[in-house]
Amino acid sequence: MTQKTAHPEEILSTARALRATIGQDFHERLMEDVFTDAARVADRVVRRPGQIKTVDLDRKVDRIVTSKVWGLPLMVLLFAVVFWLTIVGANTPSGWLETFFLDLAYPFLRDGAASIGMPWWLSGFLIDGVYLATAWVVSVMLPPMAIFFPMFTLLEDFGYLPRVAFNLDSTFRKSGAHGKQALTMMMGFGCNAAGVVATRVIDSPRERLIAIITNNFALCNGRWPMQILLATVFLGGLFPAYIAGLVSAAAVVGVAVLGVLLTFIVSWALSRSVLKGEVSTFSLELPAYRPPRLWQTIYTSLIDRTLIILGRAVIFAIPAGAVIWLSSNITIGGTSIAAHLVTFLEPFGLLIGMNGVILVAFLVAIPANEIIIPTVFMLTVLVTGAEGIGYDPGVLFEAEGAAVKNLFAAGGWTVLTAVSVMLFSLIHNPCSTTIYTIFKETRSGKWTALAALLPVVMGLAITFVVAQIWRVVAA
Amino acid sequence: MNHHVTSNCEVCPVNRSEHLRRLGLDVTEFDFIVALAGNPNVGKSTVFNALTGLRQHTGNWPGKTVVRAEGAFAFSGKRFKAVDLPGTYSLLSTSVDEEIARDFLLFGRPDVTIVVLDATRLERNLNLAIQVLEITDRVVLALNLIDEAKRHGLELDDRGLGRELGVPVVPMAARNGVGVNELLQTIAGVADGSIACRPRRLAGTSRSVTGGVDKLEKMLISAYPHLPSARWVALRLLDGDPAIEEAVRNGTIGTIRAESNAIANTTTV
Repeated sequence: MTQKTAHPEEILSTARALRATIGQDFHERLMEDVFTDAARVADRVVRRPGQIKTVDLDRKVDRIVTSKVWGLPLMVLLFAVVFWLTIVGANTPSGWLETFFLDLAYPFLRDGAASIGMPWWLSGFLIDGVYLATAWVVSVMLPPMAIFFPMFTLLEDFGYLPRVAFNLDSTFRKSGAHGKQALTMMMGFGCNAAGVVATRVIDSPRERLIAIITNNFALCNGRWPMQILLATVFLGGLFPAYIAGLVSAAAVVGVAVLGVLLTFIVSWALSRSVLKGEVSTFSLELPAYRPPRLWQTIYTSLIDRTLIILGRAVIFAIPAGAVIWLSSNITIGGTSIAAHLVTFLEPFGLLIGMNGVILVAFLVAIPANEIIIPTVFMLTVLVTGAEGIGYDPGVLFEAEGAAVKNLFAAGGWTVLTAVSVMLFSLIHNPCSTTIYTIFKETRSGKWTALAALLPVVMGLAITFVVAQIWRVVAA
Repeated sequence: MNHHVTSNCEVCPVNRSEHLRRLGLDVTEFDFIVALAGNPNVGKSTVFNALTGLRQHTGNWPGKTVVRAEGAFAFSGKRFKAVDLPGTYSLLSTSVDEEIARDFLLFGRPDVTIVVLDATRLERNLNLAIQVLEITDRVVLALNLIDEAKRHGLELDDRGLGRELGVPVVPMAARNGVGVNELLQTIAGVADGSIACRPRRLAGTSRSVTGGVDKLEKMLISAYPHLPSARWVALRLLDGDPAIEEAVRNGTIGTIRAESNAIANTTTV
C-alpha cells in the first residue's frame, strides 16, 4: 500500500481554492493550448505540395448529393433502385430454396417419419409445425437479405449514409429530434433491434428516447418480403407485366417513405408532449468518400448481418411454428383454437379493412414478422376449407402464382385488404426482439410499453380511417 | 522522401505475419492490454479487426462503435487484449463516449495505447493525441489513411511527428493491411519496454496556470507515488471535473499505477 502524505480532502480543497484564483475561462484556455500545440505540430509535419483533385471531386459529389434540390429525390431514387434490385434479384434464388425445402425435403421428411412409425402428432408438430415454419422463413428471407445488406453496406462504406443524415438533419431538428436519428433510422431499415442499439450515438436522453420509440417506423427487413408479395400480387398485378416490377418497387418505397414521414410526425408529437425539451446541436462530419472493398464488404455483410438476423428469425420461427400447429390441431367443441380466435376477431378485422385470419396472424407473428403471410395462408385453408391445396391443417406452406391468387380470393382479399395489411405491417408493434432490446436500452417498462403500444393504436386508427374512406369512395 | 507504403519489414523473413495469431474473442488470459483511441471514423475498428481477426462492423460514418469492443491477439509469444474505444475528438468534455474512453485510459490501465490518427486531418486528430499523451506515456501513434492523404496531395513526415511528440509513429493504410506488421512490432516493443516512449509534454498546458498545477501535482505525487499522470489529474481537478474529484475522494485514483506488466488478475472498468 502507498503511504499517504496528502489527504484526499486536502487535495480537493486545495484544488477548489486554486480554481477560484485562475478565472472562469480556464477550460477554454486549456482547450486553446491543446489546439495551439496541435496546430504547431501539424504545421511542421504536413506539407501540401500536390494538387488536391480528389478533395475537389468529393466536394463536387457532395454538392449534388446534399443539395437542397437534388439531395432528397436522389436519395429516394437510389433506395428505389436498391429495393428494385432486391425484389427482382431475390425471386429466382427464393424459388430454388422453396423447391429444395418444400418440394424435395418436406415429402422426404414426412415419408421418413412415417416409415419409422412416428406418431402423427409428433411428426405433425416437428415437421409440419417447426420444420415448415423454419424452411419458410429461410427461403423467403435469405435471398432478399443476401442482396439488400451487401448493397446497403457498400453504400455505407462508400460514405453515403452521413450524407443521408445531412439531408434529413434539418427536418429532424424541426421535429424536435436529433439529427443523428437519421443514422439510427437507416440502421432500422435493416433491423429495428439494431437501430435501437445504434441510438447510443445520441447523447441527450430525451432525443435518444424519441429515436428509440420511432425506430419501428423504419420498415425493417422482416417486413418487406410481405410488402413485396402484396405489392406484386395486388398492385403490380393491376398493371401490364413490363412495368409491374417497377410499380411494385414504387409501392414498397412508398410504404418506406410513409414510415419516414411518420417518424417525423411522431418525433414532433413526442417532443411537444411527453418528451419536451431543447434540440441539442451537434456537428456531423461528412467523411471522405472511400471506395468500398467489394468482396470484403460482401463477405462481412453476409456473415455478420445476414446470417445473424436470419439465425434470430429462425430461433423465433421455431416456437411460432409449434404454436401455429398446436392451435390448429387442438380443438374445443369440435373447432380448433385458431378457428375460434379467427371467428372472434373477424368483425373487428373487417372494420379495419382486414379480417380475423390476418389479425390472428399478426398476433402469432409477434416474435417474427416474417411468418405473417405463411400463417395467413395456413389459416385461410383451415377456416375456408379452400379446395385443391393438398395440405393438412396447421401446415405452413407456400403457394405460387395462381395458387397464391386463389388463396387470397378464398380468404376474401381485395385490393383494400392488401393495402390495409401493408399499412398495418408498417404501423404495428415492434417484434418481440425489438421490444426486449428497447427494454434493455431504456431500462424502463413505461417507455417500452409506449414504444410497443403507440404504433398499434396508430395502426388501428389509420387502417380504420382508410377502410371507411375506401368503402365510401368505392361505393 | 519515402513514406513506407511498403516497408522492408514486410519482405524480411524474420518478421512475417505468421507471428501474429489472431485470437478473436478469446480474451481469457493475456500479458498486456492494448487500447485503441482516436477520433470518430479514422479506422480504429479497421485496425482492431486487423489485429484481432474479429469483424467488428466498420462503416464509413462517425460514431458506429457505440460499445467498447474487446478482442485478443498473440504476437511474438505474448498475448494481448485489445480494446476498441468509442471515437472521440477530445477527453476534456463530459459526453458519454468521452467518459468511456477517458475512464478506460485512466482506470483500465492499458499497457499500450494506440492513438489512430487520420492523416488527412492531422491537426484536429492531434488534439486528441496530445490529450492522451497527458494521461499515459506508453502511446503508439498509428498514422492511418496515408493512402488517402497521398491521393489528397499531402506529404506527411512521420518521423518528424515521432520526434515532435516523443512516441513511435507507424504510417498505415489499415484497410489494405499496410503497416499492420510494423504496428505489431511497435506495440510489442512498447509493451515489453524495448521501445522507450518519452512523450514531450507540450508547453501549452503549463503556460496558463503553472504555479497551481505544480502545487497540486506535488500533492498528488506525495499521496499517490505510482500515479503515472499526476499532472493531468491536477489539471482535471483545477478544471473541476466531477468524475476525477470523485476518484480522488474515494481513492480509486490511487489504484492507477504505471505498471509494465498488467497480468491476468487485472480488472478493467
